[in-house]
Amino acid sequence: MTTAKAGASAGETGENGGAKGGAQGGTKGGAAVVAKGAAKAVSRAGAGEAPPLQRKARRRSAALGLLAWLTGIVFFLPVAWMVLTSLHSESDAATNPPSVAASLTLDGYREFFGAEGGASPWPALINSMTASVVSTALVLLLALPAAYALSIRPVRKWTDVLFFFLSTKMLPVVAGLLPVYLFAKNTGLLDNVWLLVILYTSMNLPIAVWMMQSFLAEVPVAVIEAAQIDGARLPVVLSRVVAPIAAPGIAATALICFIFSWNEMLFARVLTGVIAQTAPVFLTGFITSQGLFLAKVCAASVVISLPVLAAGFAAQDKLVQGLSLGAVK
Amino acid sequence: MADTTATPTPPVTHTAAGPVAPAPPARPRNKLRAWAIRAPLLPALVFMIVVTQLPFVATLVISFFDWNSLYPDAREFAGFQNYSEILSDPDLRKSVLTTLTLTATTVIASLVLGLALALLLDRRFRGRGLVRTLLIAPFLVVPVAAALLWKHVLYNPEYGLFNGMLTWFGGDGAPQPDWVSSMPLVAVEASLIWQWTPFMMLILLAGLQSRSAEQIEAARIDGAGTWQVFRFLTLPHLRRYLELGALLGSIYVVQNFDAVFTITSGGLGTANLPYTVYQTFYQAHENGVASAAGVLVVIGSLIIATFALRVVSSLFREEVFSK
Repeated sequence: MTTAKAGASAGETGENGGAKGGAQGGTKGGAAVVAKGAAKAVSRAGAGEAPPLQRKARRRSAALGLLAWLTGIVFFLPVAWMVLTSLHSESDAATNPPSVAASLTLDGYREFFGAEGGASPWPALINSMTASVVSTALVLLLALPAAYALSIRPVRKWTDVLFFFLSTKMLPVVAGLLPVYLFAKNTGLLDNVWLLVILYTSMNLPIAVWMMQSFLAEVPVAVIEAAQIDGARLPVVLSRVVAPIAAPGIAATALICFIFSWNEMLFARVLTGVIAQTAPVFLTGFITSQGLFLAKVCAASVVISLPVLAAGFAAQDKLVQGLSLGAVK
Repeated sequence: MADTTATPTPPVTHTAAGPVAPAPPARPRNKLRAWAIRAPLLPALVFMIVVTQLPFVATLVISFFDWNSLYPDAREFAGFQNYSEILSDPDLRKSVLTTLTLTATTVIASLVLGLALALLLDRRFRGRGLVRTLLIAPFLVVPVAAALLWKHVLYNPEYGLFNGMLTWFGGDGAPQPDWVSSMPLVAVEASLIWQWTPFMMLILLAGLQSRSAEQIEAARIDGAGTWQVFRFLTLPHLRRYLELGALLGSIYVVQNFDAVFTITSGGLGTANLPYTVYQTFYQAHENGVASAAGVLVVIGSLIIATFALRVVSSLFREEVFSK
């Protein structure tokens, strides 16, 4: 279908019929037009292939497109099911076979937010937001000058420094967990959200340095030199000249750091309790079954995943770059 | 600046001249200037060293002590006793094996699936952007939430979606397996594969889209079929991306805690190393043993990381070089 369409639209003026036929391929009455579009594509390509072969290739292409759609739907199904279940009543959520068409209600959400008594998730959500947002801001504050010193005005052996940052990311978290726990216990920082802020900053700083390094490398040096000739000092250069040019990259870095901090659970689980628990720790309260609670679990999962889903979809293209530490563009 | 430093020299070499030719010459009176250049880097560097390296040194020290936090006064130097205890403990040895199985299965399965999906998405079809968005969604569900979703909503033997679908298709007599207790490790792996396949797909898709279209066209004109193009052009080009996906995936999945903690709570033979370390000090209060296990995890990761760094470094080199 796409080949015919491309061929037809690439054909010269007045070929609206062909283009339309290509777009509507398969609908009744369009067959003749499709053939025309295909013929056009063939004559343009000059390959001299017979139309049946074209049609076969097109059918194959359509089948593969359909397969892609099917797998996409299969992968998305659990997420869709989670959302649907969160909108069902508890009794409709726990039926076998599943009740797809049951009436919708917001009871699951109401219950999750504490309508029936029980702990309110708001403190946990606010803790998560604090830890994620503040640590992301700290990461950017530390990473921007560091990336400057690794790309625009590089220190000697800058690649070694870059790889040092990366290597810290490969140290398993559990290996440093116990000393951090003992330190927190002895200094009274246990169950304190600011300790998480520090730890999340260290967790995300390597990623941020790597990403920003590659973004800043694209900032034209001439602009910076011009600012420096005008007498601007480094903080001014960074905030007034570099940051605006690299803004899309900085935003992408911030989103990635936010997602990782929001998702983190091991540190939060070990180092926080009642006061400073984060949203993922709050979710661990649902690990053991509590009778009919599927709608509530799903509502909780949807609410807590929502910030990440939003951030992730917004930064789809940058996601891979952040996850591969800037190695893949 | 990076483009002027383009050089095929491996970035990790310690040559004094280095790949940083435009850096100022290190004349003595420029010492101050050199520090001025270093200054912006220092806060981040010092922060990282303090927060990530010091705890590890502490772990190393603690690993040589016999130290149960319930009996803090009985703390004493124990040499390699903790290590021999770990290496001879069948449970801990099993958790090493579990970690390896879990990581290898998850990474390989999600790589293969991710490759298939990337190939499907590398073609034009209607709604491609939407399908990509649908496919990324599993990766964006908070890991604990994803694990809860699988445990309660999909795997539940009485009213989970999987058994519900079996009833749909098989009627009332359909088998209703208890997924988590009959195949605990597979249950954990399936949920992880579901989350990690999109990650692999994204990396491999980036790889596919960086192929040279001219080369493929040339091969086609020379009469190469789809399979030949895939086998002799696409796959060699993707090799690096496959390696990168495998290694990054390994680094993240080796550390997985959320899924094991949530779906099985480490029971039924699914306790991996991170979970075991967590349990050893959080529930058994054995600080020394937990630290020794932590050190062993680090040694394992270092082996993986050495390869990982090499792959990233080669990609990095290619990228700097191609600018």
